[in-house]
Amino acid sequence: MIITGVIHIVAFLVIVAFVLVLGLATSWIDRKVTARIQARVGPPWFQPVADILKLLGKETLVPDGPGRTVFLAAPLFGLAGAALAAGLLGYALMNPDGDFIGDIVVLVYLLVIPAVAVIIGASASGNPIAAVGASREMKLVLGYELPYLIVIATVIYKSGFDFRLGGIIANQIEGGWYLRSVSGVIGFLVLLFSTQAKLGLVPFDVPEAEQEIMGGTITEYSGPPLAIIRITRTLLLAIMPLFMITLLMGGIQLGGVSVLWGILKYVVIIVLVVLIRNTNPRVRIDQAVKFFWGPVTVLAVSGLVLAIYGL
Amino acid sequence: MSLTMWGLKKSPWVYHVALSPCNNCDIEILDVLTPRFDVERFGIKLVGSPRHADALLVSGSINRHVLPRFRELYRQTAKPCVVFGIGSCALSMTMFRDSYNCVGPLDEVVREIDPNAIIAYVPGCPPKPEAIILGVVKALKSL
Repeated sequence: MIITGVIHIVAFLVIVAFVLVLGLATSWIDRKVTARIQARVGPPWFQPVADILKLLGKETLVPDGPGRTVFLAAPLFGLAGAALAAGLLGYALMNPDGDFIGDIVVLVYLLVIPAVAVIIGASASGNPIAAVGASREMKLVLGYELPYLIVIATVIYKSGFDFRLGGIIANQIEGGWYLRSVSGVIGFLVLLFSTQAKLGLVPFDVPEAEQEIMGGTITEYSGPPLAIIRITRTLLLAIMPLFMITLLMGGIQLGGVSVLWGILKYVVIIVLVVLIRNTNPRVRIDQAVKFFWGPVTVLAVSGLVLAIYGL
Repeated sequence: MSLTMWGLKKSPWVYHVALSPCNNCDIEILDVLTPRFDVERFGIKLVGSPRHADALLVSGSINRHVLPRFRELYRQTAKPCVVFGIGSCALSMTMFRDSYNCVGPLDEVVREIDPNAIIAYVPGCPPKPEAIILGVVKALKSL
């Protein structure tokens, strides 16, 4: 009993470390491709690692006020949510026959925790600019979660009400990717926009908007807590494309040449995300919410209706 | 050399502090941050908050009006950090030396708050972007 527990913990840590390395590589690719698009050379390969190591060695400044404990604990909550999500998703990808019914629902909840942690931390910092960032983050979460959940409902419907990530992957291996249907393509588009917002990348980076609100939600963070926030982002940067692959593109099969096929799916999604990030200006928060609750939700609902009619 | 020090040398994030300058140095600082000079090669990134900064790029001869703000800003910066005096005003106050409202130069003001502060100078009126990059690289090498 104890031995299986230890094995599970070690497996969890290995999966999270792997996802973290994947995320660090992805964030370097993101910065390098951005630099090449702007006709620059770009940072060396160790840049994301250097950033995090540097932040770990810096001083931690805590603003005066009632929220000291919450201010310092919020990044840890965010990290815990992202790490658990990474573990859950990695377990489902490695072991599609798992019998954890409802892991897709748990994953959806876990993926909201980093955003909630950011809102709590920013509110506890007592900084007016962070408060503006927190309110924007809250609106953005409300905006993108609606179409995102409708797409997940579509996927669950298409899999014949299978609430297991492994079951969804197995269903796609038998009957072809969901992306090959009309509703799958619509779902892919909606998930792509939501991913962009969830990762805080450029068209939807309103909560941080460095040029107007000086870093927004993370204004007051310095040193190790900021490093933890960056690690959380790095984890999410790897989790979100992997989740998209699981939902619509048949997951990643381990073993033999199929790993390369999985890497190709991952790279395609990352390239799309980086291209959207580099070719669009930042929207205002009202534009972002209108965008998500208007066209994107209509698109997601039409995808669900098409799925019900078997398209 | 410890890992965190290596990280500091490889990823200095800069915060732009304009202490009543004439704007020439600021234009040159902004030039440095454009794609043409591509300082991201050295990991240099402009950040919006002094809490995130590892280097303060200070320009201008400091006057009585901005002094308390600058002191507060220096205290808010997470240590270890490097203070860069960009341009001749920050170095020696040039022609504002005898002015009634100027309290600089930069090193005296900073040493008043923190005697162990790391201060680096880039002379010039204004310094060329290449000179600013050279100054930053030299200062980081000497850490």
